[in-house]
Amino acid sequence: MFVITARAVPWVAAVMPEVKMKSKVYLDNAATTQVDEGVLEVMKPFFSESYGNASSLHSLGGAAKKSLEKARKVIADSIGAKSEEIVFTSGGTEGNNLALKGVAFANKDEGNQIVTTKVEHKCVLESCKWLEKQGFNVTYLDVNEEGFVKLAELEKAINEKTILVSVIHGNNEVGTINDLMKIGEVCRKKGIYFHTDACQSFTKTELNVKKMNLDLVTLNGHKIHGPKGVGALYVGEGVKLDSWQHGGFQENGLRAGTENVPGIVGFAEAVKLAMGSKHIVKMRKLRDKLIKGVLEKIPDVKINGPTGEKRLCNNIHFSFRFIEGEAIGASLGDKGISSSTGSACSERDLKPSYVLKALGLSHENMNGSLRLSLSRFTTEKEIDHVLKVLPRIVKRLREISPCGKEEEEHVF
Amino acid sequence: MYSDEILERFKNPKFSGKIKDADAVGEEGNFKCGDIMKIYLKVKGDKIKDVKFETYGCVAAIASTDIMCELVKGKTLKEAYKMSNREIVDGLGDVPSVKVHCSILGTRALRKAIEDYRQKK
Ligand SMILES: Cc1ncc(COP(=O)(O)O)c(C=O)c1O
Ligand code: FES
Repeated sequence: MFVITARAVPWVAAVMPEVKMKSKVYLDNAATTQVDEGVLEVMKPFFSESYGNASSLHSLGGAAKKSLEKARKVIADSIGAKSEEIVFTSGGTEGNNLALKGVAFANKDEGNQIVTTKVEHKCVLESCKWLEKQGFNVTYLDVNEEGFVKLAELEKAINEKTILVSVIHGNNEVGTINDLMKIGEVCRKKGIYFHTDACQSFTKTELNVKKMNLDLVTLNGHKIHGPKGVGALYVGEGVKLDSWQHGGFQENGLRAGTENVPGIVGFAEAVKLAMGSKHIVKMRKLRDKLIKGVLEKIPDVKINGPTGEKRLCNNIHFSFRFIEGEAIGASLGDKGISSSTGSACSERDLKPSYVLKALGLSHENMNGSLRLSLSRFTTEKEIDHVLKVLPRIVKRLREISPCGKEEEEHVF
Repeated sequence: MYSDEILERFKNPKFSGKIKDADAVGEEGNFKCGDIMKIYLKVKGDKIKDVKFETYGCVAAIASTDIMCELVKGKTLKEAYKMSNREIVDGLGDVPSVKVHCSILGTRALRKAIEDYRQKK
């Protein structure tokens, strides 16, 4: 458990609510992560000393440019790409928008069909919906009950008009890691561009653009202890992509706008710090300890998504029967534990998570869902704390619940 | 998102549970988020002597129904039947607007319980 010390900032209220000042177990790392202190250190000089514009010709500009290119090389190396193939963006959302819209418009003479899945992040799905309005056809593939794309269905969905296949690498809700190697083979064989959204999987499982035949990869900083609002899109050599944000000639003309040098440098440092199997091994061990403990201590609970190495090393996703996820989350929050749920009650539109729906979960299992996502800073002590607190919470809420008692059956 | 009052009610509800020998029971399913509310009544004369609830619901459902129970305990069935969710929401302070329907869950289940009681009589 780490202690949060917040410096008083008069107007931004960057202060944790009081209860949580004592100790905080942050298990919502799939939403975002704490910036690594090392990352912050590396960024600092780029705000107030080396603050040049990378496009300027004077020495400050030159220094910024140099750092920018060093950062580019770090990102490129981390996925087996070349520096020229990295475009810095403002994060995952922009990367996915640029990839989808950029490929669609640049290749519309070749065809107008895009194949994706029902379990993509909203920014992919919303981009696709918008492209449909512009005259493109989008096929949204079903997934199996663990969240994997079915290869046979993917092959079936591809036709002579298909220009792009976009499949999420690691799912942000249920942790499924799709087999990009196999999907990449299919795309290469058919000569279709292959894009993946790797925001959740980046540094948490293998990702190599050559091995996996990837043409476009979306990455971002804030899921790996880097800053928010910065990311990168890998655009393989020769990939036809229209730019989406117009202005200056930054990023090879693919993304106009003064580069966020502090953010980009921080992002690169975050990648350096995050790479390495020791973090993966550690997270996986704690993940499995928590899963095992919950399944042993609590009845009527199931785990969603796959197990073992095909699940993101930091993702845990449960469905508790008879109780509602938002109530579980609020109870955990009261004990200083941050989590997330796919329950309809937690959404502004009162619709349960479309990802859970695509996995075929019952209404009850969607509403009783709880996601706990770890980071490399998660400790065994924190996991033990959750294992102590969670069974009591579930027990209390089940006492309040009319469901699961006697032989009554509730139909949803 | 929730006020401290709501969270406090949620953590320590005074009326959660079941009345084993209830005189009437009302159950309501929520068309919006799919949740369930159950109200148990003990009636003496024409007054509500005791009331408890069980819910498969969110924080707001638990907190607002607990408030409702407090408000209707001791009231006549007629008064309780007229209970609007507005009164409950007012009693709770700030309820996020998407969560107003959760308080309706409680009033509807209460009405059903009262109807159940009248039918049984
Ligand atoms: C899988 C996935 N894609 C895209 C995004 C969006 O990234 P960003 O928040 O950097 O825009 C996220 C995170 O929110 C994500 O989990
Ligand atoms: S009971 Fe579902 S939103 Fe309140």
